[in-house]
Amino acid sequence: MAAKGRIVWVSGPAVRADGMSEAKMYETVTVGNSKLVGEVIRLTGDVAFIQVYESTSGLKPGEPVIGTGNPLSVLLGPGIIGQLYDGIQRPLRELSKASGSFIGRGITTTPVDMTKKYHFVPTTSVGDEVAGGNVLGTVQETDLIEHSIMVPPDNPGGKITNIVSEGDYDLETEIATSEKDGQTISLKMYHKWPVRKPRPYKARYDPTVPLLTGQRVIDTFFPIAKGGTGSIPGAFGTGKTVTLHQIAKWADSQVVVYIGCGERGNEMTEVLVEFPHLKDPRSGKPLMDRTVLVANTSNMPVAAREASIYTGVTIAEYYRDMGKDVVLVADSTSRWAEALREMSGRLEEMPAEEGYPSYLASRLAEFYERAGRVKAVGSPDRDGSVTLIGAVSPSGGDFTEPVTTHTMRFIKTFWALDAKLAYSRHYPSINWMNSYSGYLADIAKWWRENISEDWFSIRSEAYSILQREDTLKEIVRLLGPEALPDEEKLILEVARMIKIGLLQQNSFDDVDTFCSPEKQYKLMKLLVDFYKRGQQAIKEGTPISDIRAMSVISSLLKARMDVKDDEMPKLDQLDIEMQEQFKSITGVKVSN
Amino acid sequence: MTTEGGVQYNKIAEIKGPLVIVGDVENAAFDELVEIETNEGERRLGKVLEVGFGKAIVQVFEGTNGLSIAGTNAKFVGKVMEMPVSKEVLGRVFDGLGRPKDGLPDPIADKFVDINGEPMNPEQREYPKDFIQTGVSVIDGLMTLVRGQKLPIFSGSGMSHNLLAAQIARQASVVGTQDDFAVVFAAIGVQYSEAEYFRRSLEESGALKRSVLFLNTADDPAIERIITPRVALTVAEYLAFDLGMHVLVVMTDMTNYAEALREISAAREEVPGRKGYPGYLYTDLSTIYERAGKLNGRKGSVTQVPILSMPSDDITHPIPDLTGYITEGQIVVGRDLFRQGIYPPINILMSLSRLMKDGIGEGSTRADHAEVANQVYDAYSRAQEVRALAGIVGKAGLTEIDLKYMDVGDIFEKEFLTQATDENRTIEETLGILWKIVSKLPKNEITKIKDKFVDQYYKEE
Repeated sequence: MAAKGRIVWVSGPAVRADGMSEAKMYETVTVGNSKLVGEVIRLTGDVAFIQVYESTSGLKPGEPVIGTGNPLSVLLGPGIIGQLYDGIQRPLRELSKASGSFIGRGITTTPVDMTKKYHFVPTTSVGDEVAGGNVLGTVQETDLIEHSIMVPPDNPGGKITNIVSEGDYDLETEIATSEKDGQTISLKMYHKWPVRKPRPYKARYDPTVPLLTGQRVIDTFFPIAKGGTGSIPGAFGTGKTVTLHQIAKWADSQVVVYIGCGERGNEMTEVLVEFPHLKDPRSGKPLMDRTVLVANTSNMPVAAREASIYTGVTIAEYYRDMGKDVVLVADSTSRWAEALREMSGRLEEMPAEEGYPSYLASRLAEFYERAGRVKAVGSPDRDGSVTLIGAVSPSGGDFTEPVTTHTMRFIKTFWALDAKLAYSRHYPSINWMNSYSGYLADIAKWWRENISEDWFSIRSEAYSILQREDTLKEIVRLLGPEALPDEEKLILEVARMIKIGLLQQNSFDDVDTFCSPEKQYKLMKLLVDFYKRGQQAIKEGTPISDIRAMSVISSLLKARMDVKDDEMPKLDQLDIEMQEQFKSITGVKVSN
Repeated sequence: MTTEGGVQYNKIAEIKGPLVIVGDVENAAFDELVEIETNEGERRLGKVLEVGFGKAIVQVFEGTNGLSIAGTNAKFVGKVMEMPVSKEVLGRVFDGLGRPKDGLPDPIADKFVDINGEPMNPEQREYPKDFIQTGVSVIDGLMTLVRGQKLPIFSGSGMSHNLLAAQIARQASVVGTQDDFAVVFAAIGVQYSEAEYFRRSLEESGALKRSVLFLNTADDPAIERIITPRVALTVAEYLAFDLGMHVLVVMTDMTNYAEALREISAAREEVPGRKGYPGYLYTDLSTIYERAGKLNGRKGSVTQVPILSMPSDDITHPIPDLTGYITEGQIVVGRDLFRQGIYPPINILMSLSRLMKDGIGEGSTRADHAEVANQVYDAYSRAQEVRALAGIVGKAGLTEIDLKYMDVGDIFEKEFLTQATDENRTIEETLGILWKIVSKLPKNEITKIKDKFVDQYYKEE
């Protein structure tokens, strides 16, 4: 029995309605004469406290509130890829057909086109026993995505009594029926899943495979694993969004879910305009063929912003269950936390730090725990992963504020963006002293096996040069660079080269925007070799000024832009050039 | 502002700060426009912030000074606040609520538009990429403005942000087009002299005829400031998306806006976020800034240059901080440069235009633009480090290359940054000076520019 009540109070996105004793917590309701979508977030007697996902302007006490009996859910089936959704999975393209350039209210539409036909290839037959999660067959959703049609994980399954033959069917067609305990169950190509409930899995693995993003400072220095969690906090202007776009573009995952949570409208437009034209470096297909966007921009209703994170992660888990590696990027979790804070304030809850509700930490933990590399339920065996990457927008760039500090407790890779680096146009402005990755040891094996045996030691050497520079900088700040001996000046020089030639990466440069693991390794090795040879040369008495004057330096620093991924021999050539130049400067010394 | 119809209530339960609480209310809607009338016949406008349990909390834009519990009526108008718009608004001056202030009658309305606007559907936005030449080198060269962008000026009290905004408004043009353009100016709690300077500047350049001014000066009611940017943007959206004009919206000073918001929040006894500002300040500011943009299939655009003064020049203060998270970059006015008498005193290292990358390059400015700009940013940042170092160890402790960078810093400030308020430089001139600066560096210091451009433009002296 659905609840039927009346509005008694309206304040912004918060509404109270009485006569709601039938309502359940987190049930979705339609609010008012214009049938706005809302969700019950508190029940007191017969009064329900409802957060409304659309603008409540013009809403009056006395208007009806009607329960739907269902929790907030997403529709999962073919047709999701390539879509741009709002926070509650309404396709923005369809909304614009109903209300034009601006977003109207009370519009109902289905998340995917229910009448579009997909070519279904069954992989089960009549008589098979199926359970929740079993794959019934596949459809080709986009050029890049083979979509597994699964028995919903919470469905009892049973014995297949009927399944359609290979052919084109729309989403509402009953593609199979099964029987369990005398009950007939109808199976379609889609099902619904409540967003606040994580989808089940059979087993969880340790994340040991790196998620390659083509970004050197990430892959080489602060890697994230498939199924891992990462966070990227930074003040405004430090390049959060650009970095996240880079990950969404170049990460070696099969599906990318990008959530624009309370951020700029133009950023979503940029993705929409750019991604169809960008080619996936591995398959050559448009990136849009593997991307789902969830956009609840800052000026869209705040309650739907809270929901957008859950909508996105549920979609990610669904593709994970097909055995795919999925990356979910949420920009920005701070705006999501602010939405929580706003609703909490309207509920008149006792606030914790900076007005945030006391359950902020547990909500963050729940969200990041939905990451993981898992074995999916049902047969055949499928391993998939959800990698969660959340941006944090700390107020005033202060990393001690609640959202940043709580997030740090639940993630393993931390990319600290640094306003000072951004001001000097060092992009990506990931600070190498404050960032960390908890996956380094786990994924080193992959680099050893696939790229080079000495990857870990070379990386450690490169990193230790940066560390030593960091301490030397203190001395330079007090005494000037000329006060240092030549060996230490060399460290400063090579650290500068590592910063410019390796850590910096120009995402707007056609070549530099993506860097293959081989190229990352070779560039790093060249710079570490440069340091070793330089050290030797200085020991033999070569002055630092001769080393600084070497013409190969400029080529080494520009190699990231000049050498394409398929031109690795050019880097070997640079190596030879470097060796010769070192020979000549040390040689000159000897002949003197 | 039409006020026909509606329900009238006499029972005022409470008056506190900018709020009037009306009792025994039935049938009032959230966000509805309210007319408050005193016994003396004075009328003020307000809107419903919260309604329920027989009460409506009404925010009075003109303040509650002189209102009494017994002598006040509240009329609920039955709709949200609307602004009458038509082409006739061009050349007119309005007050902070959108009522004529120039002694002329109300413009004949083409239509009435909800001043809150509706969020643009991101799917329907057109990505901004048309380069606007402001004629100000530092902006065009290093933090390029594009049509449909929101690029605020972060300044501090007493600095020359108004001169700069007025110069941008006078000189802004898209090279090679004849499109209609208009300026919408919203003064939010600024001194009369500042608003007047802006008006005169538009008048002298002959731009007043295609401008609309909304003036809420420092002596006008503070709560009215909540409305001023919204009526201004409603008019801007109409000019842009109904009439196809390219509209530049200058709003000054957004700090006063945020303070008005804080006043209301405090009166409602809400749990505050940072520095007493409400927790929803970010969301609220975004409903103003996100109204900039371009739309698919429509000719016009809304470009915003909001100005805000950073309290104590602190960029981490909630107002600039949250603004920076919403806007597409920021132009930061630097106190040090201002003290040295440099105009425009822009701190380039803290400034940024996020949409620059798409507005420049081949076909709009020049292919080498991005790279030469990057190199100059890098060089100036090195110059600042070297200057700081020289302050401690003296010039003697510096290397030869450090000294070069110091020179570069000086040339940058004297020849590139410094510009007269009536000097309108073309983009070619601007790029020319950038290359002149880069050419002061030895070639092996140039790490951000491709060799082909270095070969073409680098000129050793």
